[in-house]
Amino acid sequence: MNADDQDLLDALLEGHHRALARIISKIENRAPGYRDLVSELYAHTGNADVIGITGSPGAGKSTLVDKLAETYRERGETVGIIAIDPSSPFTGGAVLGDRIRMASTIGDMDVFVRSMSARGTLGGLSTATADAVKAMDAFGKDKIIIETVGAGQNEVDIVRTADTVAVLVPPGSGDSVQTLKAGILEIADVFVVNKADRDGADRTVQELQEMLHIGADVGFGGAGHHGADAMAGTGASSDGNNGSDSDNDNGSPDDANDLDDWMPPIVETVATKGTGVDTFIDELAAHKSFLVDSGTHAEKVRQRYAEEIRTLLREDVNALLEDELESAGGVDELAEAVRTGETDPYAIANDVLTPVADCLSEADIEAVQAEFDS
Amino acid sequence: MSSEQDEESQSQPQSHGQGEGRSIRCLVAKVGLDGHDRGAHVISRAFRDAGFEVIYSGLHKAPDEIVQAAVQEDVDVLGISILSGAHDTLVPKIMDGLEEYGAREDTLVLVGGVIPEEDRPELKEEGVAAIFGPGTSIEETIEFVRENAPER
Repeated sequence: MNADDQDLLDALLEGHHRALARIISKIENRAPGYRDLVSELYAHTGNADVIGITGSPGAGKSTLVDKLAETYRERGETVGIIAIDPSSPFTGGAVLGDRIRMASTIGDMDVFVRSMSARGTLGGLSTATADAVKAMDAFGKDKIIIETVGAGQNEVDIVRTADTVAVLVPPGSGDSVQTLKAGILEIADVFVVNKADRDGADRTVQELQEMLHIGADVGFGGAGHHGADAMAGTGASSDGNNGSDSDNDNGSPDDANDLDDWMPPIVETVATKGTGVDTFIDELAAHKSFLVDSGTHAEKVRQRYAEEIRTLLREDVNALLEDELESAGGVDELAEAVRTGETDPYAIANDVLTPVADCLSEADIEAVQAEFDS
Repeated sequence: MSSEQDEESQSQPQSHGQGEGRSIRCLVAKVGLDGHDRGAHVISRAFRDAGFEVIYSGLHKAPDEIVQAAVQEDVDVLGISILSGAHDTLVPKIMDGLEEYGAREDTLVLVGGVIPEEDRPELKEEGVAAIFGPGTSIEETIEFVRENAPER
């Protein structure tokens, strides 16, 4: 790490806002040296609660996040917010508008709001988000909130960076609750029916409840996000420890008889007035203690790191292969060869990869030999 | 009407907005008691279409709030739109705030709106890089940002 980056890191750890902002920029830009910076950050992380908030456009995410931050501040906790907005796939430009809604905490530097755009990078946003969370964590933020529009796989990956995910459902969604079943349902740890003073709120709550019941009965849906737990086979060992936690969720269906599972509670809020925000915070905290008590948290964190390692390696190998592709004559030429019928993509992939695979197996042999020699 | 451009501090025009993930970040700000934001909207939209990342502050912000946003978002460019005539009190407050967080040096500060000719030198002295009055073409503004956005 060069001296400038070291200074920047020291400044961040000392609590300089500018340094935090600059490091997040480096992470976003993948500026030279950002990797060393992030790897240095790791030693200082692990103290923040990370909350993901997602929902359809106009569901009231930014307003709710604003109220959430305000309430945390009243409790004396510092807050970091990462607000993600889409960018144009054509120009790369973006208008990042979430900040406008965050007026309650404005002027309070202990709420650090950072807008990020989905720069159309190949799955890179979830890595960048995770790294930005690390930076805020190392800075000493108590609560970190990631806000994103829940539209696709990319966003699902992003909110997975969080320990607890809240999904906002506006009232009158009607049939759109049905569409929520795919994808969004599985990631929700807490459901929030925002704008609860509007017509149709009760019905939306009811629909969600029904959906959760069906999910619980057939063994997917509400329980689906604990797939990790079940797969690892650790679920059974923690039976009973968390019973009290999941029982006193006031919003949750009361027949959550499988004590090992977290039944996502449904919270009603009116974000513009701040109604229900306290209950929401209680549910977030309840979920956090459920995670810790049941041992799911460790598993979740482990999975997240496994995914991070994989993603990093994939990016690196990808870069190596791009070089290889370049030396094989550039992808355009190869594509042209396919177009004119000289060859096909599979043959090319094979040709490009064979030398790499050969190198790897040679390296393996050397490693094995080294082991034998010693 | 012509816009004045300060060429002294801008040494290395660079190709921004392309290359490895680098994108010019701008904060478009409305300060004080000034409810006219059509211009700010048009600029935001034009910047977006030029490939910049734009954060719009919303109306009626205090100088402190603008400083907070500019620092946290680590913007390359801060465009302040003022049509109320209060530029000579508001702009210096923002510049002082940026100074406090060490952000004054490498933020390109632009002012747009109705700024009388006689007030301009003072704003330039405060550190404003350029002032764009009514009638400035959008292309001109974008070109100026591309050429002068700070290299970091």
